[in-house]
Amino acid sequence: MTEKLLTIDGLTKAYPGVVANDKVSFGIDAGEVHALLGENGAGKSTLVKMIYGLVRPDAGNMTLMGNAFSPPEPRVARAAGVAMVFQHFSLFEALTVAENITLGMENPPKHRELSARITKVSHDYGLPLDPERLVGELSAGERQRVEIIRCLLQDPKLLIMDEPTSVLTPQEVEVLFHTLRQLSSEGTAILYISHKLDEIRDICDSATVLRHGVVVDTCNPREKSARELAEMMVGSALHEPLRDAQAFGDVVLELKGLSVPSATQFGTSLKSVNMTVRAGEILGIGGVAGNGQDELLAAMSGETPSADTTVTFDGNGIGTLGPNERRALGILAAPEERLGHAAAPDMSLTENALLTAAFRENLVKNGFVDWASTRTFAKRVIKEFDVRTPGTRTAARALSGGNLQKFVIGREVLQTPRVLVVNQPTWGVDASAAAQIRQSLMDLAASGAAVVVISQDLDELMEVSDNFCALNEGHLTRPHPAKGLTVEEIGLMLGGMEEQEAANA
Amino acid sequence: MDLSAINPVLLVASLMIAATPILLAAIGELVVERAGVLNLGVEGMMIIGAICGFAIAVETGSPLVGFVGAAFAGAALSLLFAFLTQIMLANQVASGLALTLFGLGLSALIGQGYAGQKPPPTPRLDLPVLSDMPVLGQVLFSHDPMVYFAIAMIAATWAVLKYSRVGLILRAVGENHDAAHALGYKVVRIRILAIMFGGACAGLGGAYLSLIRVPQWTEGMTAGAGWIALAIVVFASWKPWRVMLGAYLFGGVTVLQFNLQAAGVSIPVQYLSMAPYVITILVLVIMSSSKSRAALNAPAALGRIFHATH
Repeated sequence: MTEKLLTIDGLTKAYPGVVANDKVSFGIDAGEVHALLGENGAGKSTLVKMIYGLVRPDAGNMTLMGNAFSPPEPRVARAAGVAMVFQHFSLFEALTVAENITLGMENPPKHRELSARITKVSHDYGLPLDPERLVGELSAGERQRVEIIRCLLQDPKLLIMDEPTSVLTPQEVEVLFHTLRQLSSEGTAILYISHKLDEIRDICDSATVLRHGVVVDTCNPREKSARELAEMMVGSALHEPLRDAQAFGDVVLELKGLSVPSATQFGTSLKSVNMTVRAGEILGIGGVAGNGQDELLAAMSGETPSADTTVTFDGNGIGTLGPNERRALGILAAPEERLGHAAAPDMSLTENALLTAAFRENLVKNGFVDWASTRTFAKRVIKEFDVRTPGTRTAARALSGGNLQKFVIGREVLQTPRVLVVNQPTWGVDASAAAQIRQSLMDLAASGAAVVVISQDLDELMEVSDNFCALNEGHLTRPHPAKGLTVEEIGLMLGGMEEQEAANA
Repeated sequence: MDLSAINPVLLVASLMIAATPILLAAIGELVVERAGVLNLGVEGMMIIGAICGFAIAVETGSPLVGFVGAAFAGAALSLLFAFLTQIMLANQVASGLALTLFGLGLSALIGQGYAGQKPPPTPRLDLPVLSDMPVLGQVLFSHDPMVYFAIAMIAATWAVLKYSRVGLILRAVGENHDAAHALGYKVVRIRILAIMFGGACAGLGGAYLSLIRVPQWTEGMTAGAGWIALAIVVFASWKPWRVMLGAYLFGGVTVLQFNLQAAGVSIPVQYLSMAPYVITILVLVIMSSSKSRAALNAPAALGRIFHATH
């Protein structure tokens, strides 16, 4: 290949107070899978937004297939053959799959023809989809398929993928990688952004590492270890989560035959879930999004009340207690949705700290808020969990995802819970922040608390958990010791195959 | 009391006329809300349309020119709202309320010289054979062109929203403006156009009041019709045909209660006058509550301010 498909030369973009990209240069060949690595806030998003025409660079040039390329808007970028799968899905829930796909196309064909093409392309690439379904009814993995198919229908020359695997099972990741390899062999270049270094080493031909908006290195990821890559991103030695093996205490929280009908039309009902977690234990719960994770967390946190004896704490039935009563007992939770569920977006960090910590930290006296001690508590969370924010007055919405996640987890951990339930604790969080969050969960367990980690990131679950269960369509499997589980065994558990296997054995 | 004095044919014929102003204003507001903008200034845009249409028709002698002028006047006033909410990112509820108050005041100022005058008459449809049919001719084929225009607008809006790409983009913008922006659609431009369409429709609705329904100019003559149009849009679950149903229901009860008043029914007049409002809202509330998915029909970005982040 003599000519690069896309060349980026000296791209610079500054926002007030921060230079997001500083003279970034690299090139991508046709058919190449090129990784873009960097911590949260390293400038990856800004860079791809410039390539996709959402952001205009302050300086620098891009060349696409030999022609100067400076898309003023995504339309132009798409017409030139650049397609993008977004990290935060850019989908419309009240519209159908076909309508969503039409909206992303320049010259959409007639509805019937489009439906046929969606069905065909989705089968060709092993990503089956029904074009007539409402996107609101789809799981996160299926929603991602919609985005990918939307891109594929335009025969892109360059496909940008921002964190594509965070919501997929290992099997689905395999399918996706198969799709990507197929595309790459057909000559499509792929710009791949991910925090998962093993994946990058698996699929990418080359990698550009960004740190604070500057290209620090370009390398072949297959020649580097995951650790070396991570250290390039962070710029210092990576701290890996550590914990000592220890004996567990008594059972703290137990679910017995818990069945909860789904509250919403798009939810999943829990079906006779049994689960125990002991003091000092970390129980990992895996599963693809939409298999009852939110419902399980809500049943434990008290958001969804259930029959008295189906949830027991220290042997006492607490099923009918609400979240604040459970918090008083020491059962805390950090739900998945950071903005709107775990934190109120437009309220300050101080106010958000008050929302869950009011009782355990005695922040309310005689019905009046003790703002001084609330602020002190918020500052403590910010300091101990290295939340990067101008101060406690900042609105939760203004924090980056990773920083807000650190705040949300820190807020619960610092209340010294007896049981902590977290859902997707490191979703969209960069490697070093994720390591920090995992370490805090392990430290919490080491100090004698019971921790339930619900996550779709299996590497994370294998790293932190003592025992592992899988959630599949509202059923929870029996726990298995996490050490020694193979990827295939996990995949079978996630797919709901375990029960059948047990029956055959 | 003499109920036999109420002529059912005349009743149906006049309910269509009574419903038309609200129908026009409501279909405009439906489009605005589907684009994710809540414009509470319908009343103000209607009354500006009423006086501008009236004044222009009187000065030119042509009701058609009056209607066109009213549409432009409504759209011009809505541009003020568009500027405040889409460019200056002001709060939509406050801006909409201000627009109504401003419109009421401005219309009184413009209308000072026009009270008591007669507008040029608008010709009615007169089709040979069809218009002469008994009953049907009077109910369906003897109205002024605006009645049919309003119904055509409902049909056109429905078809555009359901089948066309423009309609799909409009719904997408109202559903999730950030995603629409990420796909490269001009959220602000689309919304400004929708707001202007809403303003033009409200202006037409107002002009219908002053040129055909009443027909004369009095201060504050819209008398809450804009608010009813707003309520109808919400309770009709943002669906064009249901908007028409709501507007005709309102028009029907309005005409019926006039007739009952004239017939001397022994119900206090105040109750009869409030009946159209109460009954319309009750019926539409019941209709929209029976569907569990009604909330899903609401445009998800309704009333939210869009700020393009880089």
